[in-house]
Amino acid sequence: MSTLGISALKVLAALGLMLGNGVVMIYMLRKVLGHLHIRLGPIHVGWKGTLQTVMDVLKLLTKEDVTPRAVDRWLFRLAPAVVFVPSLMAYAALPFSDTWRITNLDSGLLYTFTALSLIPIGILMAGWASANKWSLLGGMRAAAQQIAYEVPLLLSVLPIVMLVGSANLGTIVEAQQGTFLAVLPRWFIVNPLFWPTFLIFVVASLVESNQTPFDMSEAESEIVAGFATEYSAMKFGLLFLSEFSNQFIVSALGVTLFFGGWTLPWLPASVVSALGPVIFLIKTYLGIFVMMWIRGTFPRVRIDQVMQLGWQRLIPISLVWIVFSGIVIKVWS
Amino acid sequence: MVESVTADHTVLLMFIIVGAIFVPLTLTASHLLAPSKHDERKLDTYECGSEPIGPPWVQFRVGYYVYALLFVVFDIETVFLYPWAVAFDRMVVFVLAEMIVFIAILAGGLAYAWKEGALRWR
Repeated sequence: MSTLGISALKVLAALGLMLGNGVVMIYMLRKVLGHLHIRLGPIHVGWKGTLQTVMDVLKLLTKEDVTPRAVDRWLFRLAPAVVFVPSLMAYAALPFSDTWRITNLDSGLLYTFTALSLIPIGILMAGWASANKWSLLGGMRAAAQQIAYEVPLLLSVLPIVMLVGSANLGTIVEAQQGTFLAVLPRWFIVNPLFWPTFLIFVVASLVESNQTPFDMSEAESEIVAGFATEYSAMKFGLLFLSEFSNQFIVSALGVTLFFGGWTLPWLPASVVSALGPVIFLIKTYLGIFVMMWIRGTFPRVRIDQVMQLGWQRLIPISLVWIVFSGIVIKVWS
Repeated sequence: MVESVTADHTVLLMFIIVGAIFVPLTLTASHLLAPSKHDERKLDTYECGSEPIGPPWVQFRVGYYVYALLFVVFDIETVFLYPWAVAFDRMVVFVLAEMIVFIAILAGGLAYAWKEGALRWR
């Protein structure tokens, strides 16, 4: 098959993965939150309620699409696309295994962050175009918090790039293969130098993907649904699909950077090579489970607290940590 | 090398195209499948049932814009740090010292913004 055909198939596979993730993650979220609240979650549609989200997607498709009178029509229609396309693009650089890759970008890490950083534009657009004060507040909050945490997110993972000497996500995973002290994997999470890095990354990625306790942009108890208040039917569906997809992306990034991506050092190399994508997805979904656990456990913080944590704590700490780990890495080698 | 780079960038372009086709496709499907019965009340701006007072596009607190300006500065500085980090293991110690100076200037900027109260939520 031609190269173009193969690339088209890869893109469609990424789209399929994104849609599949949406359906699976919404079901998972309802089940996990349900059991955290000591109730059952969906149980009626299909075996243990598994078909619930499938039916919900069909329902979203057949819902009436209301465009309120006051909205800025073109921006209102364009916003779901501006949110959706970058979050689809973020799948491009993820290394699912040593051979299963959509692209092999040398700037993969930077590219994924770039794709994620386009999303606040769409959210701000949605909030502004809705001509609704709640939407405006939600959009403004989303933009403010996401741009504030992009800087610590980018800065925090810099020590990893410095150690590996590459921003290619595949190369970063390959640097984490093997074990030391007989059983411990060479994952970066085991290295104490990257523990502060990991903490900053977790907080910043929760903010970037609009997860509770940092979901001020759609805080349902304060501003109805934030930037999505005026959206209905499939436009709403696309906004939320991209929301769940972003959660998957940041979890996959965390797995790639800290938990050895597709590698599992205790299994023989041939098995790991064959099961790479499965291991990667299992690890990513474990990360998503932890995010849902956090969501079910912590109360929402205030916007001023988030902004101050980002600018006054995380950025200075990550700057100091870059210098410190630079010195450590140079002295070590 | 050059060919694989071009192939990768073709894929990235296709991501944009596929996304840009998928969105109108689903919206059209939903438009064809969904009922459409608009009335006056339904098209109102949603404010929990009460009539919205005043224009929706209001003047907004200036704090957000200050943060946005700071962000532009810091994000660009961060992007400058990435090529340095990639080449880090091949560099002599002197370059590390140079970058520490760069980061110190960055930290100085942050400290100044902090002192001026730009980081405080008002």
